[in-house]
This record gives sequence, structure tokens and C-alpha cells, in this order.
Amino acid sequence: MAEPLLSISGLHAGYGGTEVLRGVDLAVGPGEIVAVLGSNGAGKSTLNRAISGLVRPWRGSIRFGAAAIERESPVAIVMRGLIHVPEGRRIFPNMTVRENLDLGGYRARTRRDDNRTRVFALFPKLAERQGQNAGTLSGGEQQMLAIGRGLMAEPKLLILDEPSLGLSPLLVEELFALIRSINAAGMAILLVEQNVVQSLEVAQRAYVLENGVFVLEGSAADIRNDPNLKRAYLGL
Amino acid sequence: MLSPIILVPAILNGLLTGAVYALVALGLTLIYGVLHIINFAHGALLTAAMFGAFFAHRLLGLDPYVAALLLTPAFFVLGYALQRFIIGPASGGEDRNILLVTLGLAVVIENALLYAFRADTRTINLPYAFDVVDLGIAFLAVPRVIAFGAVIVVALVLWLIMQWTDTGKAIRAVAKEKVGAELCGIDVAHVYAVTFGLGTACLAIAACLLIPTYYVNPHAGNAFVLIAFTIVVLGGMGSVTGALIGGLFIGVVESLSGLYLGESLGQIGIFLIFILVLLFRPSGLFGART
Repeated sequence: MAEPLLSISGLHAGYGGTEVLRGVDLAVGPGEIVAVLGSNGAGKSTLNRAISGLVRPWRGSIRFGAAAIERESPVAIVMRGLIHVPEGRRIFPNMTVRENLDLGGYRARTRRDDNRTRVFALFPKLAERQGQNAGTLSGGEQQMLAIGRGLMAEPKLLILDEPSLGLSPLLVEELFALIRSINAAGMAILLVEQNVVQSLEVAQRAYVLENGVFVLEGSAADIRNDPNLKRAYLGL
Repeated sequence: MLSPIILVPAILNGLLTGAVYALVALGLTLIYGVLHIINFAHGALLTAAMFGAFFAHRLLGLDPYVAALLLTPAFFVLGYALQRFIIGPASGGEDRNILLVTLGLAVVIENALLYAFRADTRTINLPYAFDVVDLGIAFLAVPRVIAFGAVIVVALVLWLIMQWTDTGKAIRAVAKEKVGAELCGIDVAHVYAVTFGLGTACLAIAACLLIPTYYVNPHAGNAFVLIAFTIVVLGGMGSVTGALIGGLFIGVVESLSGLYLGESLGQIGIFLIFILVLLFRPSGLFGART
């Protein structure tokens, strides 16, 4: 792998007195799709929250490009181009689709119109509904909007946190095709998912998180054939 | 039933008073809607603004309407600084702490005013204070008509800011979805402070509209905030439209119950409505039901 875009080493994080991440190391190279797999409560969301600055790590380092970002604010991290599309979408339900997208480009205001055009080309549905309140969109459309909002911030690395959660199988297919096409344009993606089969199909490499540590890591193909995958994933 | 000759002026005067109530409530509901806290320092800050308007006239000879042009930005900055450097840091992100910090702030401001200016009640004399507009069916005091017009303009400007500016959109985004906003690169601490500043700026305007016909002492603001709180509950916590319509409504209720029950009992109607709203529609007229 070339010089990694994101590299995490020895990361510990948690809430109050409870340690959730107990020392994780992870790297994402330029243009890569890396999957982080794990069941509920394994620590996936905490990992994402630590990367994007929502949770202050207890120990360890997070580097993005040449910069150490583990002490930076969420705003500073967004401005570096590390964009986190959160679990549960967290769109602005009381605002229109277009306003949601424009807020996604809050730190890239000068190129907002161009970026919006690009997002609409990727998601024609959103262009059709740009005047509609985001809260009235279907679950699939809301997920598209959340990703579109993330793309408005001109990411160098996009973190997708459980994007397939709550989507119908057909929409999940569509979503993973979309992830592939965003990546084909050169964008690095950290895909954090419970959907093992699909994630391993799009990712080049993967990590399996269990109880706050990575129990498996390697190429997607190796992980898929690893007999320990089932054990780690199902907690057997 | 009273004749329209008495009723109509009472309703019109109620609307005029209600407009200023609405402005005080607007600041309170704006802060509630975004920070999700009741600002207990609202009354004390209104009092401080009234002293500001009073001394701008007494010491600098400024007309209160001119003083508003200075006090409004000054109180925006004051509100911004209070939230950014005192309330925010002191609360450490816990809502219940913010509540206590604003309560503490209210105690400090009120007692500082009491210490500096004593408990005396003061008024200013303006040449136009007793001028009236004759509508044929009612006489309306000029300062109160000006106040009504000013509140409508302020509400419109605030609406435009919230609807069309990037800062306004960021405020609305933070109000509904804080984490989502943070991940868009919106500085939540800054948005909180701007919101608090806007709410406090509303008070400076309200103070300048009140001082021509009202008095100031270190507790003068509290009466308004108690009514404003009723309006916020009536209109729906966090609803700007609710604050405006609720304010006008409460003004009329106060005026009419004063008419029927006697001047000193005018506020009974307000608190009766407060209790009825709490009993039958706790989310308020325009509030989102949870």
C-alpha cells in the first residue's frame, strides 16, 4: 500500500469509565475501500466518532495525511476533507433536500453550486425532490441524501457508517453499486457495516471488530474465507 | 356584554402590548429552540437593557429609538460572549447545568444592578410619550404603535435571517440535528452563541420600545419574562410563529380580563390560559408533539 491516507494506531476510547475501543490499528490508503465489520456493540460507532472528533480518544494516534487529528475539533476535521456520514443518517428533517445539501457544503461554500450539480447527477432522485422537506423522504432517499450531503463537503476520505441499515434488499444492492461508483472516481471509503457479504464484495481490505479490538484483518478475499469470521461476527 | 366602543380599543391596545411581549418571548423561544434550555437570565438581561436605554437618554441625551441602534448590536455581542465564554464552558455540555448557570447569572446581574442603581424606580420624559393616534374608534398611544411596527419589522428580519442566510440555516440545522450539523463542519459552540446573541438582541430592542412608556428598576424585566414564558408555552416551545401569535393573543387576553375583572386582575386571565394550556395542550399551539 502507498502512504496511507488515514492511519490509526493504538487507539483507546470510551464513555465515562467504560472503555469501548481497546487498542485498534487501522489504515486506509488513497483510493481504497476498507470495510470495518462487526456486530452491534463491537465498537464500530465509537471508532467512527473518535475519527471524526465527536469523541475524544483516551490514548493512541489518528493521522490523516500528514496531520495528527486525534485532538482536533469536528469542524477542523471536516475542513481537512475527512467526512463522516453518520449512522441513522442524521439529515435535517425540517429543511429541504437542497438546504440539506448546501449545509453539507458549509465549509466549501465557494464551489457549492458545482458540487451540488455533481451530487444531483449522481442522485437524480434528489434533484427531483430538491424542494421537498427531507423528513418526508423514504428511508432509501434519506440515505442517498446523507451520502450526497457528505459529498458536498469535498471529501478526501468518506466514512460510511452503517449505510445499509434499514434498507430493503433491492436498495442495498443499489447502495453498494453506488459506493463502487463513488470509489471508482478515486475517493477513499471507510465502510463500517454489519452487512458482511456485500461489504466484502466491494472492499479491497477488511477488519473485523469484536469487543473493541480487531480480531481479523486482511484482504477481503482472505477474510471471506477465514473460518474465524463466523465466530467473530456471530460472537460464537 | 360591553359595547364595541370600549371593546375595540381594549383589543387594539392589547395587541400593541402583546407585540412587545411577543418580542421578549421570541428571544426566549429562539434560545430554547436551539439550545434546548430555559434561559433564566432573560429577565435580568431585559432589565439591564432597560437601564441601558434609560442611561443612554439620561447621560447621552439619546432618544430610545436611536439608542436601539447602539444597544441592539451591543447586546448581541454581550449575549454571544455570555454563552461562548461563561454559560457554555461553565455547563460542560450538560443541559441541567446550563439551566443553573443562567439562574446564577440572573442573580448576579440583578444584584449588580441593585448595587449600582439602588431599588429606585426611574422613568424618562419624552415629548411624544403622551401623543396619540386617533383611529376614530380608538386612541392609541404613539410609542406603543411604534413598538408594534418595530416588532413586526424585527420578526420579519429574524425570519429572513433564519430562512435565507447560511448562519440562519446553520442555526436551524443545529436546533434539529446537532450531530448531523457538527459532521457538516458547523461550529456548534459558535451557533449556540450566535443564537443566544440574537435572543439577547431582541431584549435590547424590547427595552428601547418599552422605556418611553414604562419604568425601570432592578426587577422591571421579570414581569415581562413571566408573561413571555407563558407565551412560549402557549405558542409551543421553540416555535417562532407561536411566540408571535401567542404574544399578541396574550396581550389581548390581559387587556380584556383587565376590562372585565378590573385593571389589577388583568394578569389572572394570562395565568388561567397558562394552566389550561398545560392541562389540555402541553405541546402548545404550534409546538411539535413529542
